Amino acid sequence: MFENFKARAETSGNTEVKRFETTAQALGFIEEFLAKEEIKEEVGSYAVWAKSPILEAFDNNAMAEKFPGLHFEVTRELAKGAKIGITQLKWGLAETGSMAQDSTDVEQRLASALSWIHVAILPTTKIIADIPAFMTKMHPKDIKFITLITGASKTADIERVLAIGVHGPERLVIVCVDDLELEGVAS
Amino acid sequence: MKQDMSASIKKALENQNLAGILDRWNYPAMRAKAFEGIDFEELRGKIASIKGDAAGRLDELADTFKKNAEANGIKVFRANSAEAARQYIADLCKEKGVKKIVKSKSMATEEIGLNHFLDEFGIKSDETDLGEWICQLAHQTPSHMVMPALHLTKEEISDLFAKETQQPLDNDIQKLVKVARGAIREKFFEADMGISGANIAIAETGTIVTCTNEGNARLSTSLPKIHLALVGLEKLVPNYTDAAPILAALPRNATSQLITSYVQFISAPTKNDDGSMKEVHIVLMDNNRTKMAADPKFKEALQCIRCAACLNVCPVYRLVTGHVFGDIYTGGIGTILTAWFNELKSAEDIQALCIGCDKCNQVCPGKIDISGLILELRHRAANKEGLPFIYKSSLQVINNRKVFHTMLRAASVLQKPFVKDGFIRHLPMFLSGLSEFRSLPSIAPKPFRDIFKTIKQPKCEEKAVFFAGCAIDFVYPKTGEAIVKILNKAGIEVLFPEEQSCCGIPHWASGSFDMAAEAAEHNIAPLLEGDPTYVVVSCGSCTTALKKEWTKILKEQNKEALIPQAQKVAERTYMFTELVDKLIKEKRLTPKEGLELHTLTYHDSCHAKRQVGIYKEPREALSATGFEIKEMTECDTCCGMGGSYTVKQPEISMQMLKQKMKHIEETGAEFVTAECPGCLLQIAGGLDKIGSKIKAVHPAELMVDKFQ
Repeated sequence: MFENFKARAETSGNTEVKRFETTAQALGFIEEFLAKEEIKEEVGSYAVWAKSPILEAFDNNAMAEKFPGLHFEVTRELAKGAKIGITQLKWGLAETGSMAQDSTDVEQRLASALSWIHVAILPTTKIIADIPAFMTKMHPKDIKFITLITGASKTADIERVLAIGVHGPERLVIVCVDDLELEGVAS
Repeated sequence: MKQDMSASIKKALENQNLAGILDRWNYPAMRAKAFEGIDFEELRGKIASIKGDAAGRLDELADTFKKNAEANGIKVFRANSAEAARQYIADLCKEKGVKKIVKSKSMATEEIGLNHFLDEFGIKSDETDLGEWICQLAHQTPSHMVMPALHLTKEEISDLFAKETQQPLDNDIQKLVKVARGAIREKFFEADMGISGANIAIAETGTIVTCTNEGNARLSTSLPKIHLALVGLEKLVPNYTDAAPILAALPRNATSQLITSYVQFISAPTKNDDGSMKEVHIVLMDNNRTKMAADPKFKEALQCIRCAACLNVCPVYRLVTGHVFGDIYTGGIGTILTAWFNELKSAEDIQALCIGCDKCNQVCPGKIDISGLILELRHRAANKEGLPFIYKSSLQVINNRKVFHTMLRAASVLQKPFVKDGFIRHLPMFLSGLSEFRSLPSIAPKPFRDIFKTIKQPKCEEKAVFFAGCAIDFVYPKTGEAIVKILNKAGIEVLFPEEQSCCGIPHWASGSFDMAAEAAEHNIAPLLEGDPTYVVVSCGSCTTALKKEWTKILKEQNKEALIPQAQKVAERTYMFTELVDKLIKEKRLTPKEGLELHTLTYHDSCHAKRQVGIYKEPREALSATGFEIKEMTECDTCCGMGGSYTVKQPEISMQMLKQKMKHIEETGAEFVTAECPGCLLQIAGGLDKIGSKIKAVHPAELMVDKFQ
């Protein structure tokens, strides 16, 4: 399932899929990534991290101190000035390389839609087959706002030529974590 | 056709940006790839069933939707007309003090001219979909339903952006997209309201579904404090899971993607980032949709999911774009929707652009008979206003066998000054347009009906009636002779009932269903004389008439008594190569040994391929008789003949033929063949005009000496 998901996601437009066995390893990768992308307290260089179960797995303040410019509260202004937006997703869809987001909380949308790079954390165990399977997991009668995200923002409106990063992220980095459960960190 | 239509066709044909872009896209191949592993027929069966059922109970579903969405906190307004929808939105804007609006792509707002209407109240609407924004800057309407600005080049777009952002720009598409991002981004933050459309509206949960790639719908539904969605009633489906097949077909058909980047399911208002509650308004708009649903023929058009595949495959659309072929809603389905939704009465001219090749029907995910519905529009227009006098008279003449045949015989004498090698290359004065881009065939000195009497046939037990059709009878009698000779070799004696006349396809294609039924009436009894085993036809269009259309048209014209006889004709009808293929396989026809190998390319006539599904048989018969088939690009795309289309729309017909000539020439084959005298007439004439070495020959004439 993961291999199919990865293959589809990586052909859906400027998307990379990473996989880590443990949450600690995944967090290590994210720290490296924040450093590499030179996150700092400057408009255009912020990173915003929307409420996610994975946040319970580490000392958020310590990380914020380590990376000035990293914010755990997501306002429209911070998200607008963010280079990186980090969110945790509910489900992965192998057939299309998509991820399902509970978008009820506007933070989730701001962080994943306004930043240049969307870092999407996905529990590897939550990869399911396709849209019909997703429909058995998330239902509009329970969730006010659901989004399926596939690849980076793109257009072919000029001469049918693909261009990435129109109004949304121009890069999507999917971080699959094996020991992460849907509602939190595995015990 | 009105003068301004003719002028806009000419203008469109001078600018082939969109045709070039669609050709480079190679849509058919990309689409096929996107559908790998999916049974398209099964998928579209599901969609047609879901949407067809919904179209039958729009009012009920709208009520259910309203009830459920309102229970979730959404305000739902049901607008019966475009006027009511516009007024509601304008009033809401006034009430809420809305001055600035960001819009994500919505055809429904185009349908009601919303931007212009709001502008009059001092409310500024900015399009945020890249293509829509480009159209807005250019003060143009969309030329394509999915990719609105496909008719513009990057150079033109660069100029528009440079003017808007007041900076010099180059023509790099990637950079242009970033310029648009920069220019539009701030508007999302400043807007008081975001307007979207919906791809699907789910009644059981009161949910709207939007599919976008750019991410503009996410921002316009998230950043402004008010979200308004304008939704046509045809977007309603009963259940959540009904969205799945639509989501599978829409992106694959629209842009050859497996899924769009973002699919949103919005079922309730959510909090804004300042903690206040967002207002969500949904306007469910009728604007003639329930009237359409009540029409037994046009109801199925509500099964459309707006993927625009019918545009991408349409040979006419590709040449003239949606600015000519359509009005807001464009192309094949656009012609139908325009007739029903649009307050402008422009559909009557637009319907005349459809050549009836049926390519659209093959790719439609809603299983809509698009070309059939366009024909129905033509039929209703012809009934209401009548056909142009000259055209109607000529159709009546065709139906009067004796007069028609006498005229054809006279023409064979009168044409003499213009004929050389069997072609008419120049016609005088007002007729010259007809021979400008392809030579016309001359009327044969002796029609097949006269020649037939002189043919000596062996007496055989088994009989086949030969239905020649006008073209073989009067233009290509040699084809008829070849057919008799080949069938005789299989031990079949050919009968030629003298009373046979035109099959009625020209009348049918003009929307004159009454005259088409008369044509069927004339022919049925003579074709069954002598109780033949087969009725052999060697024209894709005539085959369609005999196999399919006669029973349909008789039923429609309330001539039920004739239907059993028409069915009998239909059951016995074979297209010539279809029968040859069968006879070869039954070993009743044996190709000679040691046949010299020749190369040919096969052009599929629209009717043969898509109306009666005959395309394998001719290839197999020709291969068995020593022809190596070198397939041309788009072998089943229309040659531009389309019966009388070539006379009514000569400029478009010429462009289509040019394209066909190019594809034929590229194969380097010795021959090109098609089992349709109309296509052959068009193709042979085109090849003659350009002095090509490739010869256009009917399959019967190619195979005539190939059997033992």
